[in-house]
Amino acid sequence: MSIVSITLFVLASFLGYELISRVPPLLHTPLMSGANAISGITLVGAVLASGSGATNLSTILGFLAVIFATINAVGGFMVTSRMLNMFKPKESEEKS
Amino acid sequence: MTHFIEVAYLLAAASFILGLKFLSSPKTATKGMAISQGGMVLAVVATLLHHDVIDYKFILGGIVVGAAIGALMATKIEMTDMPQMVALLNGFGGLSSALVGASAFYQLTPNIDGFSMSTIGITVLIGTVTLTGSAIAFLKLQGLMSGAPIVFPAQNIVNLLVFFVSLGIVAYLVIAPANLMIFLVLVGVAFFLGIMVVIPIGGADMPVVISLLNSYSGIAAAASGFILSNNVLIISGALVGSAGIILSQLMCKAMNRSLSNVLFGAFGQVEAPTEAAVAAPAPVEGQEVPKVISGTPEEAALIFKKAKSVIIVPGYGMAVAQAQHAVKDLATILEKQGTTVQYAVHPVAGRMPGHMNVLLAEANVPYEQLIDMDDINDDFEDTDISLVIGANDVVNPGAETDPNSPIAGMPILWAYKSTQVMVLKRSMRPGFAGIDNELFIRPNTMMIFGDAKGTILKISDALK
Repeated sequence: MSIVSITLFVLASFLGYELISRVPPLLHTPLMSGANAISGITLVGAVLASGSGATNLSTILGFLAVIFATINAVGGFMVTSRMLNMFKPKESEEKS
Repeated sequence: MTHFIEVAYLLAAASFILGLKFLSSPKTATKGMAISQGGMVLAVVATLLHHDVIDYKFILGGIVVGAAIGALMATKIEMTDMPQMVALLNGFGGLSSALVGASAFYQLTPNIDGFSMSTIGITVLIGTVTLTGSAIAFLKLQGLMSGAPIVFPAQNIVNLLVFFVSLGIVAYLVIAPANLMIFLVLVGVAFFLGIMVVIPIGGADMPVVISLLNSYSGIAAAASGFILSNNVLIISGALVGSAGIILSQLMCKAMNRSLSNVLFGAFGQVEAPTEAAVAAPAPVEGQEVPKVISGTPEEAALIFKKAKSVIIVPGYGMAVAQAQHAVKDLATILEKQGTTVQYAVHPVAGRMPGHMNVLLAEANVPYEQLIDMDDINDDFEDTDISLVIGANDVVNPGAETDPNSPIAGMPILWAYKSTQVMVLKRSMRPGFAGIDNELFIRPNTMMIFGDAKGTILKISDALK
């Protein structure tokens, strides 16, 4: 089980490297905030940690994890699309 | 149901890969991020159906609170402050991974096995370092803490020791898991380590630090995936981890420095002797003191009137002066009189990768005019005017001519090759690296002192 996980980790790292090498410097800031939003996927782990039904230290920590992971994901995606909407080609400017 | 969840996770991972792939062009980027958002929602909804999830009050409460805070931050933040925003979000990502790790620790104790403990220990360690490191980066960027490197003797040795101690604690926990006391010590040491590794790094190197912390937040997410044997966490975390690593590498390359030089070199130590050397030659009598040619905005406007081509070189000073809209207005006036306008963007201009592009895009500069260093450098030769706004080291010819310069070998924008260079600057004060800029005393350079925004508005007025 853990070998499969490590394999996935290594392959995904190489894939990420290839993908991100192709992002032009023009979009490096949205890339960072977008990647940041994707790391908000810890929300999945946080949901599992906080939904066990008990009310103890473990679920309280999970609850806090949900809050911060959601800030990370929602804030990251929203600010990324806000930025990407600013990048406009020349034509659209003439139309307006 | 388990199969449905696994398929949902697979789709989510694929959506993140597509999102990053579509970032290769500004035409597809928005669509790509929308796909990734959809994937994230799908992954979270699928997790709600997991058989271990039986109580929704904490989950929904947390999501509502987090979404409200995140949305507020994302809508209110000024584009100038994007580096701080990213630093904060990195920190929150790291914190949430660390909390997931801590939660697993309390849940599994006392029946915790060595393997689980190792993944929990690593998650908590990286997550906490990301949190406190990002907090320091945020304080430095926000100006709540001095941007100057904080250095003390044997700093690197101390930091290295702290790092090995933290690894040692993780190793000890693997042998003797379920030891709450030692676990808390690990949190404390990681907390301290994050602070220690960022304080010696100067404000100008923040682009590298933010990129690296971005990477850490991804690795922390992946590590938490190992705790839960959750593949979507592992894949997404690895993707983000490599994004940060690549950006750090690019930033270092653009400064001709190695990553270890940025992290452990404490650039401030180079700074001190240079400043002394700069100050020394001044009082020598009989030596020809190079003349600084300064001009007024009105004089500059006369030259602009005749120019056929202009390249604007923005730097962090433009962001500080909030001059980007004034710059765009000036460019519009110039284009109306038939002058071609381009923008030359150095990879390390600003406080984070691509910062200048976002600021100019916000001011409605079409992205075709925002050109990377490698693509625009050959154009400077045939350009009438290079207008340097609040940039310094990235146009310093000393990087090419003076082998003793602290920035020797750093690739620069060849603004000096254009017929006329105009530099908008508050004063002759050297830039972040504390290095004199030979460009300012060249015969084809005109210095226009004052607030960049005010100067540009005056040039525009004189051109109207």
